Amino acid sequence: MIRATKLSKFYGGKRALGPVSFEISDGETVGFLGLNGAGKTTALRILACDLRPSSGTIEIGGVDAVADPHEVRKRVGFLPENPPLYTEMTVADYLKFAGELRGMTADQLKKRLPEVLEIVTLGEVQNDTIDTLSHGFRQRVGVAQAIIHEPKLVILDEPTRGLDPVQIVEMRNLIHDLKQSHTVLISSHILTEISQTCDRLLVLSKGAVVGEGSENDLSKEGEVRQITVTVRAPSGDDPKGQITKVLSAIAGVSKVGDAYEQGGGWSFALSTAKDCRADVSRAIVDAKLDLLKLDYARSELENTFIRLVGGADASN
Amino acid sequence: MRATSIIYKRELGRYLRSPIGWIIAALMLLIAGILFQSQALPGDNLSAIVLEKFFYFATAIPMFCGVLLAFRLIAEERQNYSMILLKTSPIRDTEIVLGKFFAALTFLAIILALSIYMPLLIKVNGKITGAQIFIGYFGLFLFGAAVLSIGIFASALTSNQIVAALLGAVFVAVMMLLFVLAKRLDAPVQDVLEQVDLWWIHYQGGFMRGVLNLKDVIYYLGVTYFFLLLAVKTLEAKRWQ
Repeated sequence: MIRATKLSKFYGGKRALGPVSFEISDGETVGFLGLNGAGKTTALRILACDLRPSSGTIEIGGVDAVADPHEVRKRVGFLPENPPLYTEMTVADYLKFAGELRGMTADQLKKRLPEVLEIVTLGEVQNDTIDTLSHGFRQRVGVAQAIIHEPKLVILDEPTRGLDPVQIVEMRNLIHDLKQSHTVLISSHILTEISQTCDRLLVLSKGAVVGEGSENDLSKEGEVRQITVTVRAPSGDDPKGQITKVLSAIAGVSKVGDAYEQGGGWSFALSTAKDCRADVSRAIVDAKLDLLKLDYARSELENTFIRLVGGADASN
Repeated sequence: MRATSIIYKRELGRYLRSPIGWIIAALMLLIAGILFQSQALPGDNLSAIVLEKFFYFATAIPMFCGVLLAFRLIAEERQNYSMILLKTSPIRDTEIVLGKFFAALTFLAIILALSIYMPLLIKVNGKITGAQIFIGYFGLFLFGAAVLSIGIFASALTSNQIVAALLGAVFVAVMMLLFVLAKRLDAPVQDVLEQVDLWWIHYQGGFMRGVLNLKDVIYYLGVTYFFLLLAVKTLEAKRWQ
């Protein structure tokens, strides 16, 4: 359990964070979401005991991180925005060094190193020096050093920063694996990234927590949502009209937008007052239509985010 | 102190594997050799005087090496973002500073040891004792330790390696020129500055002449401790900034 109470951090006279209070339970995966300069990195660095807070308390696993940072550091693995690498070392030597710093014995490292190399799929390059690795591999080495000592809490600051699409998917899968055995905190300003990997979001703006909860919790009650649905009508002269009729009849759908052809079917934007994806899919199947795709429109989460971090300011 | 040993091994390995460390060593030994050949050997001096002159010019080795080996130790870690690995590991800032200091000191000792052929040449051809050589080298070692500690403190102040090198050089230069300032002042400030000077009284007046004074040993250990402590406190303070 992580408990932050009235946590704040000032750089000189400038407030970078807080006062913020939040709690994170064991086994949760929580995303710190916010624009650049919102205080995400500062919050994570305090949690990793890299920075000391200007005021407030923070407890990790029942230990006061300000009074006993040494003890807390044993339980935390941290991947900062820029992975802390010694590029002249080989991957294996670097991970051994990182493990030794965390108090691991030679026997423990002998057992753990192959496991970590397998988790982050670095086995093939374990004897390569880090300066010969691509950005994606370096990022994985950064994750490996964060988990080598089997910490309860893993903190990843912008883990997908600078990665290409394939590497982003690999990193996302890696985070999913980490979720099985660690409490994971991730920061990002990429909304879809956070929403796909985290159980809960903490939205930060100008150093303050402006929203907390799941993606659904963060959406205002009564706010209009956008659902996109792609449907194919197997038969009939007017498939578009046929589908529109079915969709318009669904309870909760207030507006069916203009259709356009996509992927062998027709895509529609539906305005709804609640999450009625289940009703939509059921209605389509009952009408013997083919449901090809159904999801929130991307703008849904973006709208929520922009509303939370201050409207027009955020969109600029 | 387990972490000190881990950091020490990594840093020393880096010095030994890096061409830069050996280039610095080669340059320093070349300069010391040239000075020995051109300044210490000529003339019909007594071998004890030649040895004194050798230890006079050999001061350049710890003076320059101390700054050159130390400036990157912490500044580079910050510049490359690797410092955060050390700072988020369950180790103390004291262990970080000591591990790096002892690694640099070991490499400096290796460089100093490589220069021993020069005093041995004097011993073979003249009348000096092994104790004189030992005391001279002990002085160079202690002087080097003090310079290294000043360099590490400078390195802890900034993440820019060039600024760290310049700061280290300025601190060492100021500490070595205090006796010049002391000459222009009256007692008791004069006495204080003379005693604080990094080279004149404690090295030139003692170790260089083959004289081992406990107060000189304590002085160099004190300076080294003081600047290492400043480096540790600087690292600690950065966590609050």
